[in-house]
Amino acid sequence: MVFAVVLAGGKGSRMGNSDTPKQFLMLGKSPIIIHTVEKFFVNSKFEKVIVLCPQQWVSHTDNMIKKSIKDDKIVVIEGGSTRNETLYNAIKYIEQNFGLDEETIIVTHDAVRPFVTHRIIEENIEAAGMYAACDTVIPATDTIVESKDGATISQVPNRSELFQGQTPQSFKAKKLKELYESLTQEEKDEMTDACKIFSIKGEPVHLVQGEVFNMKITYPFDLRVAQTMIEGAIAND
Amino acid sequence: MISAVYQLTAPRMIEITYNELDISSGDVLVRPIYLAVCKADQRYYQGTRSQAALKKKLPMALIHECVAQVVYDPKGKFKPGDRVIAIPNTPTQEDEFIAENYRYSSYFRSSGYNGFLQDYVLMPHDRLVKISNDVDLCVAAFTELVSVSMHIITRFDSIAHKRREKIGVWGDGNLGFITAVLLKYASPESKLYVFGTNSDKLSYFTFAEETYDVADIPSDLSVDHAFECVGGTGAQSAINQIIDHINPEGTIALTGVSENFVAIDTRMILEKGLRMYGSSRSGRVDFENTVKLYEAHPQAVKYFENLVGDVVKVRSITDIHRAFDLDVNRRIGKTIMKWDK
Repeated sequence: MVFAVVLAGGKGSRMGNSDTPKQFLMLGKSPIIIHTVEKFFVNSKFEKVIVLCPQQWVSHTDNMIKKSIKDDKIVVIEGGSTRNETLYNAIKYIEQNFGLDEETIIVTHDAVRPFVTHRIIEENIEAAGMYAACDTVIPATDTIVESKDGATISQVPNRSELFQGQTPQSFKAKKLKELYESLTQEEKDEMTDACKIFSIKGEPVHLVQGEVFNMKITYPFDLRVAQTMIEGAIAND
Repeated sequence: MISAVYQLTAPRMIEITYNELDISSGDVLVRPIYLAVCKADQRYYQGTRSQAALKKKLPMALIHECVAQVVYDPKGKFKPGDRVIAIPNTPTQEDEFIAENYRYSSYFRSSGYNGFLQDYVLMPHDRLVKISNDVDLCVAAFTELVSVSMHIITRFDSIAHKRREKIGVWGDGNLGFITAVLLKYASPESKLYVFGTNSDKLSYFTFAEETYDVADIPSDLSVDHAFECVGGTGAQSAINQIIDHINPEGTIALTGVSENFVAIDTRMILEKGLRMYGSSRSGRVDFENTVKLYEAHPQAVKYFENLVGDVVKVRSITDIHRAFDLDVNRRIGKTIMKWDK
């Protein structure tokens, strides 16, 4: 079985003066999170779309989704204090309600990436099935510099070998659970990214080609760009 | 939901824009899977339409020939994964006498309205015709073109007199080939003559009674009815040649698109009492009849498989350009895009 795991965390503190988490802001005619959830909802390969958010936003998120999509394929549950803990909660939910086996796949996606495409989602499902883990990336266009002290460059990696990570990231859920549980607390605290868990454990993570426009709406500037993208659509479709 | 749309903004310039799709509208959400390039798309792409037409119709997503896969149907009439032919013509008003494909109020995709170069498309239920998984996807992609021939022949059947011993098809291109194949099934008793300019292309018409180079037609050869599938600059000489070789009270179907006015021998049209009718585009019933023909006559699909030319896997806008560039140099056959964007 395949599950979509939509990560709707964040306190929204980076969105100007608004306290509202970014996923609840309007983009065109709908909140960002609705655009995102719909991409997974319409895909029949997903058994459930599990939306995870901070405890105080669960009811709000649930109500907002039900206004647009009245279907029990979507469920809203509480996330954890970190991204990986949130993923772990999603896996536990799946285990308790559907069971977990070698073929259980989770496609995890940021709620604030509403431009994700059909192809990206399909290729994530396929790659996770074949390789156990995959990450959606685009080639880096800016030169990335490394600085250990934040003041001087310690290294300039070869750009042709660098990619920018997007989402979805997709995994065989049982494998991710096992790897996560094998981490020490210190390691867990250091792991900001689930793909990194696979990497440090020597498990290959396959790359899925993303899209430049599969952007993450993080800052007010991003929302302005996203609005402009939507408004660019002609009305005669 | 936000869906990416790949629009032609100027000749040879394709840009992405984004549409908001209301999945609670009741319409069916489909995903194009194989698309075919049409000469009409090519004329927009190359900028060979008039400046006025380009200014009026662009920006617009190209491609009106496509087979799609159902993603989500809120009414449950289609199942996810069902293969469907998407009908590019969308009627907006009923009319007792005028067919949906000829109404001024209807709109047509990739002719002023967005075509199928999109991530997802929302379509009304009656604009989708289910097709069997057994039909070759590349052939399914250009079902719209086949349905235009189906429409031409259906109208011919109601217009032309019943003596149909000899039928001529002028044109050795895609439309000529498809029309000739359909006539083979629609009028199996008739002798089918095909007229063209290129012996290589004419050699594909193995099912015809005879093929002729238009420069070398026996003077005593006559046909009861004829289909003009030439268009362009060749339309004039083709139509006049038909008028010369057709028997009195014959019917001439005009199907080739020409950007220019065409001078024809009206004296002989009057003298022979000929009927001419024009056809372009098709309606739902023509799509349904085409799909039925595919099921009833798998051999017809095999003939159409011969028309499949380059199949271009599209993962980037560069791939779309490649498909159009390959197509513009193609003498016969269809360029297919496998939509993987």
